[in-house]
Amino acid sequence: MFLQPRTLQEAVELFATHGGMLVAGGTDVFPALVERPPPATVIDLSRVADLKGIRFAADHTRIAGGTTWSEIIAADLPPAFDGLKAAAREVGSVQIQNRGTLAGNLCNASPAADGVPPLLALDAAVELASPSATRRLRLAEFILGNRRTALQPGEILSAVLIPREWDQARSAFLKLAGRRYLVISIVMVAATVAYGADGAVCAARIAVGSASEVACRLPALEQRLVGASSAIRLSSLVAPDDLAVLSPIDDVRASAVYRRTAVLELVGRAVDLAAGAVIDA
Amino acid sequence: MLDVQKGTSFELNGKPVRVVAPPFQRLSEVLRDELGLQGTKVGCDAGDCGACTVLIDGMAVCSCLTALGQVEGQSVVTVEGMEVATKSGRRLKESFLAHGAAQCGICTPGMLVASAALLDTTPDADEAAVMDAIGGVLCRCTGYRKIIAAILAVAEAPPAMLQPMAGAAVGARVPRLDGARKVDGSDVFGADEHPADALVARAIRSPHHRAGFQFGDIGSWVAAQPGVTRVFTAADVPGRNAFGVIPPFADQPVFAVAQARFKGEAVALVVGDAEAMAGLDLDDFPVIWDERPPLDTIDASLASDAELVHEGRAGNVLTRGRVQRGDIEAALAAADFIVEGEFETGFVAHVPIEPEAGFALRTGERITVAACTQAPHMDRDDVAGILGIAPEAVRILPTAVGGGFGAKLDLSIQPFIAIAAWHLRRPVRMVYSRPESMRSTTKRHPALIRARAGANRDGKLVGLDFSGDFNSGAYASWGPTVANRVPIHASGPYYLPHYRAQTRALHTHLVPAGAFRGFGVPQSTIAVEQLYDELADKVGLDRLEFRIANALRSDQPTVTGQVLGEGVGIHACFEALRAHWRRARADAAAFNAGGSDAHRRGVGLAGMWYGCGNTSLPNPSTIRVGVKRDGRLVLHQGAVDIGQGSNTVVTQIIADALGAPLAAFDLVGADTDLTPDCGKTSASRQTFVTGKAAQLAGERLRADILRLANAGRGARIDFAPGRLTVTEGEAVRTIDLATRPVDAHDYVFCTEATFDPPTSPLDADGQGDPYAIYGFGAHMAEVEVDLALGTVKVLKITAAHDVGRAINPTLIEGQIEGGAAQGLGLALMEEYVPGRTENLHDYLIPTVGDMPPVESILIEDASPAGPFGAKGIGEQALIPTAPAILNAIFDATGVRIRRVPATPDRVRAALQDSLYRAESYPSHERRAERSS
Repeated sequence: MFLQPRTLQEAVELFATHGGMLVAGGTDVFPALVERPPPATVIDLSRVADLKGIRFAADHTRIAGGTTWSEIIAADLPPAFDGLKAAAREVGSVQIQNRGTLAGNLCNASPAADGVPPLLALDAAVELASPSATRRLRLAEFILGNRRTALQPGEILSAVLIPREWDQARSAFLKLAGRRYLVISIVMVAATVAYGADGAVCAARIAVGSASEVACRLPALEQRLVGASSAIRLSSLVAPDDLAVLSPIDDVRASAVYRRTAVLELVGRAVDLAAGAVIDA
Repeated sequence: MLDVQKGTSFELNGKPVRVVAPPFQRLSEVLRDELGLQGTKVGCDAGDCGACTVLIDGMAVCSCLTALGQVEGQSVVTVEGMEVATKSGRRLKESFLAHGAAQCGICTPGMLVASAALLDTTPDADEAAVMDAIGGVLCRCTGYRKIIAAILAVAEAPPAMLQPMAGAAVGARVPRLDGARKVDGSDVFGADEHPADALVARAIRSPHHRAGFQFGDIGSWVAAQPGVTRVFTAADVPGRNAFGVIPPFADQPVFAVAQARFKGEAVALVVGDAEAMAGLDLDDFPVIWDERPPLDTIDASLASDAELVHEGRAGNVLTRGRVQRGDIEAALAAADFIVEGEFETGFVAHVPIEPEAGFALRTGERITVAACTQAPHMDRDDVAGILGIAPEAVRILPTAVGGGFGAKLDLSIQPFIAIAAWHLRRPVRMVYSRPESMRSTTKRHPALIRARAGANRDGKLVGLDFSGDFNSGAYASWGPTVANRVPIHASGPYYLPHYRAQTRALHTHLVPAGAFRGFGVPQSTIAVEQLYDELADKVGLDRLEFRIANALRSDQPTVTGQVLGEGVGIHACFEALRAHWRRARADAAAFNAGGSDAHRRGVGLAGMWYGCGNTSLPNPSTIRVGVKRDGRLVLHQGAVDIGQGSNTVVTQIIADALGAPLAAFDLVGADTDLTPDCGKTSASRQTFVTGKAAQLAGERLRADILRLANAGRGARIDFAPGRLTVTEGEAVRTIDLATRPVDAHDYVFCTEATFDPPTSPLDADGQGDPYAIYGFGAHMAEVEVDLALGTVKVLKITAAHDVGRAINPTLIEGQIEGGAAQGLGLALMEEYVPGRTENLHDYLIPTVGDMPPVESILIEDASPAGPFGAKGIGEQALIPTAPAILNAIFDATGVRIRRVPATPDRVRAALQDSLYRAESYPSHERRAERSS
């Protein structure tokens, strides 16, 4: 059965009734089906109008879940989204960016999802729709583990919500990988840095991906950066202990030891890049 | 809800279509199987290769990741519709053809479609934009640079593509003669054609490196699976349940018996109708596995108490190789300088973008196997043995080959489909999934190498003592060839008065290692060329000048005692690099002096040599050429063109030998029923061996025609419909073909010529003439290393190759650039870990973004044995790249990487180690080294 709802309401009702597999861009669904039989029931979300588009409310930016990475790249967004745009350009290839969606990236819950660190650094929340209700969860509370999320049966991730408070903050995203293009990261870092009127950092959010089961922020570092004057190179404030929250593993892409080393370096580069410092090319 | 019966309607290449097919089916499958558009290729079904790229509403997408139902009402454009449905489509195809941007052609449709998406919106796109646009399409043949050039050139005036005049084909940049069908998507690869009623086969494979197994009730299982016809196991093999590329070592069963020796080994085959097979969950298959501890490393296989992978192969040694000359112990004891090192390489996957595919068809007591292969006559003989029938009863019909690189020399799908079609008397087809291809086909041998080299104060090499263990995996495949070739080549292209090289090919419970572009020589070169760099530094000579001082001269014996006499172009290769070396060293020094502590640049060199053809064994090629009554020349060319260009090169050679224009030829083959044996496409032998046979055949046919015309050797022959005109000065003689008698092949004139390179057997010390000719070359790599992250970016590769005679410079550059890309992968990112990197997102090959510009320098030191002096280039091109990159990393950072690939974590760890050492033992060696 291949169901193709046109509205979110229709989608959640069909999902509640039939269950089955949700597909949007298909970029994670189909690779998982190599050498596997197809599912009996599929709900295609690609025609759901409510899952498209970016809207600016007074206090938050709402990116509908079905927004593709190419649409993020092409959108006119505040500077705080530069890191998300940079990440979008690193998602797979152009072909993947043209199909893959934000919601799919988050619900797939890969520790190496390119979209998660920049969205954590934007303090994003997700909106989860079901026939009976719509609820919001902070992104950090939504992704629970490797391929595990807080989605309840019947729920669809309908939108990503980003507070507008720091729209004018500066942001950066760095992905380290074994090759250029179409590659799963070894580690990645997203940083958002806001400077106050006094020229000092008034807010900072740093998130690291592929170095723990779930991408996570570095609260100790974030707090330390607040108050730093623009004359200070932010990377000089990064300390190895800031990575205590990470738990990198050894895999075919790199060793755990290397991941720590690389994260430390990339965090420094990312905060400097976000701060607009002149970076040694 | 989509109504399946109503079907899905969309616009395809500008025209409305309606397809009745499951809406969740991959669009790629629907395009290929339902709509007959096989131009869209499938390489991975996972979005990792981009071969299936199509446009949906103008955007490039992977059709393997798109459900049919999702394109309802949308516009889909495939390679077949590019000319009408995109603005840049026609020009892109012309440009790809003119620039040699298509080699095997399997990635070409995806490349073309992806670039059309870019150029239709951004006609003036720059190189960076081109890279972004095709970054998601993998190419394993070209090294991407000619693709970039072709795309950028679309904005320029169309190139003139003139065919050379008769007699001027050799040396001309002729666009590949089979190129048009590669750029329009119509070339027929293994998965592209099959009888409509063909059944589909899927294999049941061991999930463990080593396991005993027992089948359950297969009969009941089959009965419970609607659409499944039959299951085959070892009991169903009509002939010998064993195959192998080297008959005396043939040890690989089609279906394992009682025990599986590697993860991915087949134990059974399920055959049924296509729809049923697609929906089948093979996890249900009734087999019980008894996992056993595997020997999974060389060390484990060599342990004194190790079990034997094969009874009768004591110590798990498959074969040994040895070459010895002079007195190595005494020479090294007396040498002024000694260096030594231990080096390690892993499995490397060939990753042809085309997974193995084909079909088999039984007609009476004969069977036809149409499949992608590099070795049709070897396939024929092995399939015959498996079916227990005569070789003449087997017809191997090679399809276009979407990349081979050695992987498609061994049988893969052929025995399965042949056995099933033989029993069922129905056509049977099979297409490997990407993981299945990765798991079950051969790999490059992992190597453990220990070597010592010595030189004297005068800068002369005195000797090399080399020993290498090569992990052949579970079965012999080409292990004996690797063990034989490496000792001959480990010296590199240098004069070494004292030499000892010993190798072993060993068995483990891992995927069989076979032939991969270079047969072990890339691995040995990684070791030895790094040692030579160290030796040059110890002697205090410039690393290039050290190599020049030791480069083999034509009057010096090789390590096997062969004096080549002519065609030893290694000096010329190194000397051609001198200006580049000085420029690159100065550039790197300037960059490093620029104050960047985060990044360092370096330059590295490596030389190579490689014997063309089989090692001390016959490997003849036979070419047949005929003239039909209509005046067409028919070339029976049995060398499989796997993208390297033999269809074009062999035709260029015979055209000039005969004195005919290229357009006069029709090509037949390869097909074991229609073409004489041209041997395997391997060992860099087709240009040389088949090319030489073509030259001889062309000369012979020319002589036959001139004899009939009673004309002298210098006469001109014109080929026109129905007649030949022979002109010699004032005398003109016309041969009316229509009135001439024809032979059994329907030819008025027909001749065959065979060439087998002259070689001699090697004695117990490996002394003799293993090859008639060697190709020589040297690469220079410029790299930039990020010291904090350990990442290495290759900035440029400069490649000098002695090709004897450049029959087609564009195709040779294509081989060099593609070889360099595979060498770069070997150096920096590629390692196949059985059981872990069985797809193209965990196993990385270079993308367009990893490939630097490659400057090719062609040296033509003609070899008298080759056609017009030509030598092979296929493997030569890959061998020196990795060691040049590793030497460049050392030049940049002062650290040696002795375990490839030099991944960021390994480079960073080596940098860290060297930092510790530098802190513990302050030394100015590095600085001194750099200023030298």
